Amino acid sequence: MLQLDGVSKNFGGLPALQSVTFGVPKGRLTALIGPNGAGKSTLINCVTGLLPPTSGSVHFESVDISGLPAHRIAHLGITRTFQNLRLFPRLSVLDNVLTGLTCEGGTSMCMAMLRLPVLRHRERQLRLRALEAMDRFGLSDKAGWPAAVLAYGDKKRVELARATVGNPRLLLLDEPVAGLNAEETASVGEQLRTLRRAGQTILLIEHDMDLVMNIADHVVVLDSGQCIATGTPDEVRRNPLVLEAYLGRMEATA
Amino acid sequence: MTGKQHILYFLSLHRTGLSVTVLALALILFPFLDSNPYTLGLTNLIAINAIVVLGLNLFIGYAGQISLGHAAFFGLGAYGSAIATVTFGLPPWPAMFLVAGLVALVALAVGIPVLRLSGHYLAMATLGLNYVVHTVLLQWDEVTGGPSGFAGIPSLNLGTFAFDTPLRLHYLLWTFAMLCLLLSLNLVRSGVGRGLAALAGDETAAASLGVDTRTAKVKIFILSAVLAALAGSLFAHCFCYVSPDTFGIFTSTDMVIMVVIGGMGSIWGSLFGAAFLTLLPEWMDWFETYKDFVHGGVLVLVLMFLPQGLITGIVDAIRIKLALRRREHAPA
Repeated sequence: MLQLDGVSKNFGGLPALQSVTFGVPKGRLTALIGPNGAGKSTLINCVTGLLPPTSGSVHFESVDISGLPAHRIAHLGITRTFQNLRLFPRLSVLDNVLTGLTCEGGTSMCMAMLRLPVLRHRERQLRLRALEAMDRFGLSDKAGWPAAVLAYGDKKRVELARATVGNPRLLLLDEPVAGLNAEETASVGEQLRTLRRAGQTILLIEHDMDLVMNIADHVVVLDSGQCIATGTPDEVRRNPLVLEAYLGRMEATA
Repeated sequence: MTGKQHILYFLSLHRTGLSVTVLALALILFPFLDSNPYTLGLTNLIAINAIVVLGLNLFIGYAGQISLGHAAFFGLGAYGSAIATVTFGLPPWPAMFLVAGLVALVALAVGIPVLRLSGHYLAMATLGLNYVVHTVLLQWDEVTGGPSGFAGIPSLNLGTFAFDTPLRLHYLLWTFAMLCLLLSLNLVRSGVGRGLAALAGDETAAASLGVDTRTAKVKIFILSAVLAALAGSLFAHCFCYVSPDTFGIFTSTDMVIMVVIGGMGSIWGSLFGAAFLTLLPEWMDWFETYKDFVHGGVLVLVLMFLPQGLITGIVDAIRIKLALRRREHAPA
């Protein structure tokens, strides 16, 4: 579904990604792992159009999306969450989730200013869908709260609700359980499994190895901007290169 | 649901429509309470300022940009109408919409390059625009009348009914102001408005959610420029005289202060901000001399304690306090 071919990204002379090639199959949960600074977030930024790749191509359902602006890529049905939360603190939780439906909310300013009946009807439907998404993530009782007052775990859930409310074709999650306790991590894991069972295609970036090894169908390992291994969780776990990338470093610091 | 709950639900569901209706009724009845031409002159000025501030608040509070040059569009509207009606002899109504269209084109031409900037740079660029327009109005004597101003602008009329007294102007200007209020309220309550609110909150996140940030900024800039031009035309036809000093950079900063008092992204606050700053001199006799000090002081105080603006800041604080209280009472 998503195919990266030789994607490279240089910041100045510094290579952050070097010719990364892998694919994300439809309806599967693919996990992208790697030590800190391996280029995982840069990669996701290249896919979503926040950063243009220096070279290489990204194809989404056989459309070349490398270098397209972020909003065009969003309209193709790719949504994401951010590693450092990017909620809108002043908007209510409901409005935050509703911004996830921006692509379906219409773009004509004139129509919006006239508040035509067709738009009002659509607005009601979008609101229902947002409420449904909030229900899935257990946020219903907080709909009217400003996002700023939510606890950290709830904020993470609002981001997930915002990213999934539009039924995206591809969901990119940048460390959805970072900073959560074991209990919260387990509940997010359960929600990801539910999404996966519903046929959602997911690319998950995560540090939490237990979570990744439990729920991923397919694992891609990135180290120093290079893709060093791909395969099922079991294959990756036994791959000597991966062990070296992780364990070798641990010995050095021990 | 009990009867009381039904009523409360109805009120909360239609709160925007009801507020607009109540305000409109109050404005219709206002001249019956106080028909003093001086008072009406003041409220008319509030209406004109409110139109500019509504547009500017959409740009500052919703698109998250800054403009210190909206008096330029205000001035272009006023002088545009003056020149079109007096020099070229066009009827006032078509002239007004023609001028609004031309200002939209100017805003498009200025907006595309300028809106690539942000923050201080954008503020400086818009300030520069205001300087250029002000200088042109001041120096191009043959067309604008130069420093002595432009007199003899006709009143607006409907058939033989001329809007030439403060009372008649009250209804005309507030009709326009209420229309602009309604359009702004509709805009911010739509999907497009949410996209704009997202843009003001976090540009990167907004882009990832599908907001075309560059186009949205330019569109809102044009919208706010057109509203300012419309207010300028009304201003010209209302006072039948315009002079360049009305459209200097201090007017621009006053408009920004109105937005700040009203609060970022608060449509109702814009009305309050326009009213507050227009009425402020009336409450203090010594004000004229120290006007800029007081305006500056208000701006500094509001931005220090409520960076989101006075009304928005207070409303946000209350909402957060309420939500926190509910969070404490909620079972963990």
